[in-house]
Amino acid sequence: MIEIEGITKRYDATTVVDDVSMVIEPRTVCVIVGTSGSGKTTLLRMINRLVEPTAGVIKLDGNDNRSLPGYELRRSIGYAIQGHGLFPHRTVAQNIATVPVLLGWDKDRIKSRVEELMTLYQLDPEAYGPRYPHELSGGQQQRVGVARALAAEPNVLLMDEPFGALDPIIRTKAQEDLLAIQKRFGTTIILVTHDMEEAVHMGDKIAVMDSGKLVQYAKPEEILARPASAFVETLVGASEKPFRLLSLGRVRDAVEKGTAEGEAIPGDASQRDALAELLWSGRPALPVKDEDGKPLGRVTVDGLVKRAARPA
Amino acid sequence: MKAWLPSLLRLALVVLLVAFVTNPGWFEPLLKPLTENNAPAIYNQGSLLTLTLLHLRTVLIATVAATIVAVALAILVTRPAGAEFLPLSRSLVNIGQTFPPVAVLALAVPAVGFGEKPTLIALFLYGLLPIFENALTGLTTLPGNVMEAARGAGMTGWQRLIRVELPLSAPVILGGIRLSVVISLATATIGSTVAAKTLGEVIIAGLLSNNLAFVLQGGLIVAALAVLIYDGLSAIERYTARRMGQATGD
Repeated sequence: MIEIEGITKRYDATTVVDDVSMVIEPRTVCVIVGTSGSGKTTLLRMINRLVEPTAGVIKLDGNDNRSLPGYELRRSIGYAIQGHGLFPHRTVAQNIATVPVLLGWDKDRIKSRVEELMTLYQLDPEAYGPRYPHELSGGQQQRVGVARALAAEPNVLLMDEPFGALDPIIRTKAQEDLLAIQKRFGTTIILVTHDMEEAVHMGDKIAVMDSGKLVQYAKPEEILARPASAFVETLVGASEKPFRLLSLGRVRDAVEKGTAEGEAIPGDASQRDALAELLWSGRPALPVKDEDGKPLGRVTVDGLVKRAARPA
Repeated sequence: MKAWLPSLLRLALVVLLVAFVTNPGWFEPLLKPLTENNAPAIYNQGSLLTLTLLHLRTVLIATVAATIVAVALAILVTRPAGAEFLPLSRSLVNIGQTFPPVAVLALAVPAVGFGEKPTLIALFLYGLLPIFENALTGLTTLPGNVMEAARGAGMTGWQRLIRVELPLSAPVILGGIRLSVVISLATATIGSTVAAKTLGEVIIAGLLSNNLAFVLQGGLIVAALAVLIYDGLSAIERYTARRMGQATGD
């Protein structure tokens, strides 16, 4: 659990982060959204003390984060940044091993951890381990960046626009991979982004920041349904709201009894994708199947439209 | 041009240089027409090989000392604690470069006497600037997100310096050392005006006795050394740049 209590950061007369308090539950994904200059990155960097706060306390599992020297604290917290920041003079395997080496793990343990992470990220350790970062594609570099951040099995992973430099197709894949790994390791992730789409998709909770202040901190449904201010409303995008709301739900939760003609949609697809498919093909209903191809029922345009309405 | 041609030329130059300093007698017929009144065509007051080695030794000592001081200074002024010394150290190193080596020799002789010492002092001061400026450039233009990742991973200041900053700026620092070595190779010749044992001795002897052959052989050996060492260091630099994962222009 991460408790942020009355955190303020001032540079001379400018207040970058203004009295922010929030609690991040363990094993959840918290997304901090805001425009540039909203203080979201500064807030993130105060958690691992790359920036020292002017006032306030941040507690990790009840311990003040100033109870350790900064560099020791940072070794226990994963950190992934935009443009990955891989060390160009180290191989992929050496890059991933950075923090374990700093922590003085023995060679065998480092080697097996590096291989585990590379396999997890679909990079063959034999083929990619000895390569240098510039020999990898952008998507692969990004995966190595996240693998490096996770190498020392941190409980907390801080990510500063980690998908910012990726093209849309690779980005979606990277987001899915991250969510799968988060479930597997139970890591608490705090992710900074300016993309509301990404925030709604990734976050268990979303913190919206504007000019250094925390404007709203709530579940995605809540942010979409009841934006706390005009700023949040703009950020969400008024015309996008119903579709974002649908993108939160799975098709299996919207299944109705009955059958329909045509190609089936998997139950794990988002309700937004189902509606898009219905509208595009001009059909009133779609059959739904589970992973084994077993029919679950159908989804209808009417049913989905009702779900896209503002929650009571 | 074929790719192997430059390598072949370099190899030929090495062979020629080694042959000349070890067996200068072989080349006597070539140089004889440049002399008058039956003067000797090959330097006869000492071995060319010994002079060449002493010349190289002088340059090596001066460059190693200049490298240690310049890189240490550049590291110091790029740390947060040393940042305020940056303008001061810049002007000090610049003064070293503006002072003509001849003037340094003239001033150093009364203090440390004749011989190799005043030459070393002049070469050391003259060699500082290129190394310092390059080290400064290398250490201040490191990619921001790599440095951020190094801090975020929990490296201490020393660990960042040794594991990230110095390796990544090595190619640029090597470039400074290369410039400094080539300048020193040429400048070392004037050390012989204050009795340092360098190849300048051959050139000065030639000038004093109006013997063009001496001047030419001294000058050519220094020139060949400069070209070869410049080439060698460039190759090391390119290799390091590749090793550091940086794309090179050539």
